[in-house]
Amino acid sequence: MPVVVLKDVKKSFGSLQVLRGVSFSVDKGDVVALIGASGSGKSTALRCIDRLETIDSGTIDVCGYSVSDPNLDLRRLRLDVGIVFQSYNLFPHLTVEENITLAPRSVKRMQKAEASEIAREVLAQVGLSDKADNYPEQLSGGQQQRAAIARSLAMQPKVMLFDEVTSALDPKLTGEVLKVIETLAASGMTMIMVTHEMAFARRVADQVVYMHQGRVHEAGAASILTHPTTAELSEFISNDL
Amino acid sequence: MNNAINATHLTFLLTGAFWTLVLSLMAFVGGGVVGLVIALGRTSPVRFLRILSGGYVQIVQGTPLLVILFVVYFGLPTVGYSLSPMLAAGLSLTIYVSAYLGEIWRGCLEAVPKAQWEAAECLALSKTQRMVKVILPQAVRIATPPTVGFSVQIIKNTSLASVVGFVELARAGQLINNSIFQPFSIYMIVALLYFCMCFPISVFSRRLERTGASRLKAAETAVSA
Amino acid sequence: MARVLEMKLDFTAILARWQMLLDGMALTIQLAVITILTGFLIGTACAIARRSKFRLPATIAAVYVELIRNTPFLVQIFVVYFGLSSLGFKFTAVTVAIIALTINVGAYTAEIMRAGFDSIHRGQWEAAECLGLTRVQAYWHVALLPAMERIYPSLTSQFILLMLASSITSQISVEELTAAANFIQSETYRPLETYIVIAIIYLALSLALRLAFWLLGMLIFPRRRRLGTNL
Repeated sequence: MPVVVLKDVKKSFGSLQVLRGVSFSVDKGDVVALIGASGSGKSTALRCIDRLETIDSGTIDVCGYSVSDPNLDLRRLRLDVGIVFQSYNLFPHLTVEENITLAPRSVKRMQKAEASEIAREVLAQVGLSDKADNYPEQLSGGQQQRAAIARSLAMQPKVMLFDEVTSALDPKLTGEVLKVIETLAASGMTMIMVTHEMAFARRVADQVVYMHQGRVHEAGAASILTHPTTAELSEFISNDL
Repeated sequence: MNNAINATHLTFLLTGAFWTLVLSLMAFVGGGVVGLVIALGRTSPVRFLRILSGGYVQIVQGTPLLVILFVVYFGLPTVGYSLSPMLAAGLSLTIYVSAYLGEIWRGCLEAVPKAQWEAAECLALSKTQRMVKVILPQAVRIATPPTVGFSVQIIKNTSLASVVGFVELARAGQLINNSIFQPFSIYMIVALLYFCMCFPISVFSRRLERTGASRLKAAETAVSA
Repeated sequence: MARVLEMKLDFTAILARWQMLLDGMALTIQLAVITILTGFLIGTACAIARRSKFRLPATIAAVYVELIRNTPFLVQIFVVYFGLSSLGFKFTAVTVAIIALTINVGAYTAEIMRAGFDSIHRGQWEAAECLGLTRVQAYWHVALLPAMERIYPSLTSQFILLMLASSITSQISVEELTAAANFIQSETYRPLETYIVIAIIYLALSLALRLAFWLLGMLIFPRRRRLGTNL
């Protein structure tokens, strides 16, 4: 049963049409890698799923919510969807633990002890158990990104979105973040990730969606990364090597 | 007739300085409350509120404080609102301070990256929670040095209250001068007292600015490392 | 509120004295223009002195800037007024006002210009030095315009504040705009209307000054004009 369904989604910024009819669907427990050159619309598509951008036409359904419905209660959508950004976007005035417990406490109205317990669990999951009391600026980029993943996990989302989460990191730090995402994928989390890490996508993704000029140009199992059928994807992959 | 400055005069000046501080505090609190409303209005998604608060800032910042004071103290009684010199000065300073603090704080609110709003939104925080728990604490941190710096302007500008007869430091100096006529020495002492109130605050504000800047730099190197 | 509506505002008596308003306005503009120029010169000189490697000029400039920035202009103008006369100088009120305003705005300009010079990249100074320019030449040819370009908005705001602060010179009976208003309201017994008119004139003057500085900016920063970027 699909958890996320996009149907003919179109979106323009001014005169620039970024999405020209994007359709794909994600089953429960699936890991989808959204790939494509910069400007292909992959990040915009991801942001539309969490309603950070509104769409011009088409439909998006996420966990039973119709995202394109203007009357949708956005807070309920966001309880089910977690998103991690390229620039971490941790709150600099809060410690790692406070970053994680903020939403459980103020949105889910959890008690402090309960929220802290969850924080301990998710921090262990991302390997940052010893950093709970540190401020974001005291952490390396890789640690900050793992803390941001933990912050999303604490809300126990049904779907996780990753927007180029390793693009700001050097190779060593990229590795530690990807390891966390891979563990998460193995645990059965439904995930959509915009990524440039082709080897990682090949290893982890159940489905690869290649976007080109605002459309889904080629989609299928991870094997399309080794045996692309379109010239564009084949060129895109060879550029990466 | 004794023309020397004596201890009684100094006590009188110190009392004046006390009232300068009281008036400054009034202006800071009043101007701070209104200024926060102005800052929120200037950054509001509602166009009408932006125009209204923007117009207010333009008008107040384009008018001398002295003229605002005259409108309030001499003008309002003719339409039936007589204010004591202290209240008139307090109200005028509140208007003046709110426009400047409002602008300073607007800048600080806008200095919090848009991504922070987004991240808070994606964690399902409500609009108020986003503002109160995520944006304001960061804006306050950015706003502290310039706000402390501006309080020096407030203290200095309370001296204009002397013009409508409120006995703060500058007026106390004038009164003493009226009796012993030693204007140069008296105003030097008055200036010195103002300096003693303002200089420490200026130094403190600069220190806050420096530590803020170095924290930022440390954060940047931590990220790039 | 009812009384406000009841007693209608009447501006006729005030507007009938337009000649007086015009004279006051002319003096306010003169004070502003003159002291913007003198204040800028003194401020720039002090900024350079504060950045100097010689202790004495740096200290003198720092003390001057701190003393002025931490005392009210109203008190400064009294100190200058009575200080000069106790030294035996007999200046007109306008001259005293010009001197006091210059001293005042000079200190603020010094801080702004210093920030401007500080923002010039070290490589620029080194390049100037390697070309054999003296320190003064480096300031004049290399640093001055880019520094000003960077701090131009702060400088403009400071000069508008200066124009507004010139209203305080009415307290030593300089017959500028605010003094003219004080006189008119005592004759017409219409203080509210008088000061509203004055406030509007000041508002217009500050807008005009802003426009003038924008035009001046287009003139002295030709690079900006060519690139079409905003100041």
